[in-house]
Amino acid sequence: MADKIYRINMSTLSTAVEEVPAQWQGHGGRGLTSTIIAAEVEPSCHPLGPGNKLVFAPGLLSGTTAANSGRLSCGAKSPLTGTIKEANAGGTSAQLLARLGIKALIIEGLPQEERWYSLAIDEQGITINEETELIGKGNYAVIEAMGQRIGAKTGVISIGQAGELKMSGANISIKDPDARIRSCGRGGLGAVMGSKRIKYISIVPTDKKVAIADPEAFKAANRTFAKALVDNPISQALGQYGTNVLVNIINEAGALPTRNFTTGQFEGHEEISGETMYDTIVERGGKPKHNCHAGCVINCSQVYNGPDKEYRTSGFEYESIWAMGADCCVDNLDYIAQADNLMDDIGLDTIETSVAFGVAMEAGVLEFGDGAGICRMLSEEIAQGTPLGRIIGNGAGSVGRAFGVTRVPVVKNQAIPAYDPRAIKGIGITYATSTQGADHTMGYTIATNILGVGGSVDPLSHEGQVELSRNLQIATAAIDSTGMCLFIAFAALDDANCLPALIEMINARFGINLTADDVTNLGKTILKTERAFNQAAGFTNLDDRLPEFFSQEPIAPHNVVWDIPGEKIDTFWDF
Amino acid sequence: MKITVKLFAYFRENRFLREDQDLPAGTTVGDIISSLGIDPEEVGVTMINSRHCALDQAVQENDQVAIFPVIGGG
Ligand code: SF4
Repeated sequence: MADKIYRINMSTLSTAVEEVPAQWQGHGGRGLTSTIIAAEVEPSCHPLGPGNKLVFAPGLLSGTTAANSGRLSCGAKSPLTGTIKEANAGGTSAQLLARLGIKALIIEGLPQEERWYSLAIDEQGITINEETELIGKGNYAVIEAMGQRIGAKTGVISIGQAGELKMSGANISIKDPDARIRSCGRGGLGAVMGSKRIKYISIVPTDKKVAIADPEAFKAANRTFAKALVDNPISQALGQYGTNVLVNIINEAGALPTRNFTTGQFEGHEEISGETMYDTIVERGGKPKHNCHAGCVINCSQVYNGPDKEYRTSGFEYESIWAMGADCCVDNLDYIAQADNLMDDIGLDTIETSVAFGVAMEAGVLEFGDGAGICRMLSEEIAQGTPLGRIIGNGAGSVGRAFGVTRVPVVKNQAIPAYDPRAIKGIGITYATSTQGADHTMGYTIATNILGVGGSVDPLSHEGQVELSRNLQIATAAIDSTGMCLFIAFAALDDANCLPALIEMINARFGINLTADDVTNLGKTILKTERAFNQAAGFTNLDDRLPEFFSQEPIAPHNVVWDIPGEKIDTFWDF
Repeated sequence: MKITVKLFAYFRENRFLREDQDLPAGTTVGDIISSLGIDPEEVGVTMINSRHCALDQAVQENDQVAIFPVIGGG
């Protein structure tokens, strides 16, 4: 049976199942969410008004046995940036939706009444139901209730209090195989779901399988692909230390933004490093390796226990640890783990919210280093929706405006993550030109600027940065469409067998004949579609710039400023 | 000639995190790596004073040498 589009109209509380239009057939994941948003959403609409739509799409290979293919893309116009937005995450939902033959969910309109709803998906289709009991509760309460009401294997997509309160830092949570949380983190998509008054979506697993046009070719390509991932030394390091292995190398490179982006090295870096985290996890009986969806062979996630050897958090990522650690000067992994878990439960982007805390610390709202204060404010201010909680929950830009702080690290109002653009210039190009505000994952130049993957480009030089960022942003847009976790990129850059095997799997799945050039063109088309949306929403090349303070305040130890001229940044779009 | 060597990730196992060493002039980063029994194939990134360097680069008095295995994240 051909895949279908499920359309949910919250104004009329009705649903429809539609054929996939021919021009959407070749898309999945980010390519599909961005194509649908660009086709159906008026770019000038209010992100929380009736004109915006929230789209979920599994990747092209999600639901198959392809290694690492279980990412779910979520797209809308972002209330944080005002741009088009796609955020993707692991968890079980992408695979469940794909096996049910659902190519995308399109949620549109706004309910007329002040009621809350849920969506229930199973083999019979989709229904809209009123929800009362779970309103005002965190994501973990929703996951637990779904386990009891429907069954332990139910897929769950939900928002916490932050999404209900329509905060721009609100994320969308996806349940993982252990009933824990992965997040479509960036850009406030949880607020869009909250505006549509949908607390959660439940998905009942099916025995159906995704149809494969050429099963033998698919199997062979998947074997080659998985081997390239498993054999790659970076995959192996990710399994041991997680992404947090980066704290020490980015600190050593002088690019670890510290104390609200005032210096590039953090005194407490060893305390929050991947090495310390690994030792702590082993000592406390946690799990250094864990996967966010079945089929991942890299296992960058982990289970982190507290001193009492009880569970504290999982999916404990470098960017979250950097943000609460170095940026807020909290040199204690236990506070950071507690805050990470609270943010998962309340449904907040850990990057946006922690960078917002860094700005709040500069404003004197709390002291730098006050880990206990962050945890208290998360539960008592943000989750409760107090005026101060809303200011912080709306992100770093919101805090800067409310308190008159000028050192506010955002691009298009989205917080800059864990790599200082003054000391790693390639990532500055990505922050400036990304179609979705500052986001390292859009074109991860750190690989080549710092880690020596895919060649090497001096992080402090101007040379080669625009080309590097452009090539990576094009490749990333394509990978984000496949349902693949972005960490396959390390093997893809290093191992000549990896990408051809990935393309072969797409061909075998759909019975088509894509070439490497077709895939590059797909990436280019996605970027151009996204940019055209932003331009129609009022963005110009002058929005592709970093905040002023980066060109005025040198960062130690290299004592460098951001000095790539605007005209050079603009050449990014010459393709 | 006094320098400081810093090791990261699993290179620390059975070695050290940070050590001050007294080395003859002309010692290269590659020499330090061999003296530690680290397989150069496993080395991903080397830095002197927070700048990337090649294995044949000679170290100078007071240099901070950082040696990382092949790692990644994001
Ligand atoms: S490598 Fe990490 S983020 Fe990627 S699929 Fe595996 S656990 Fe999830």
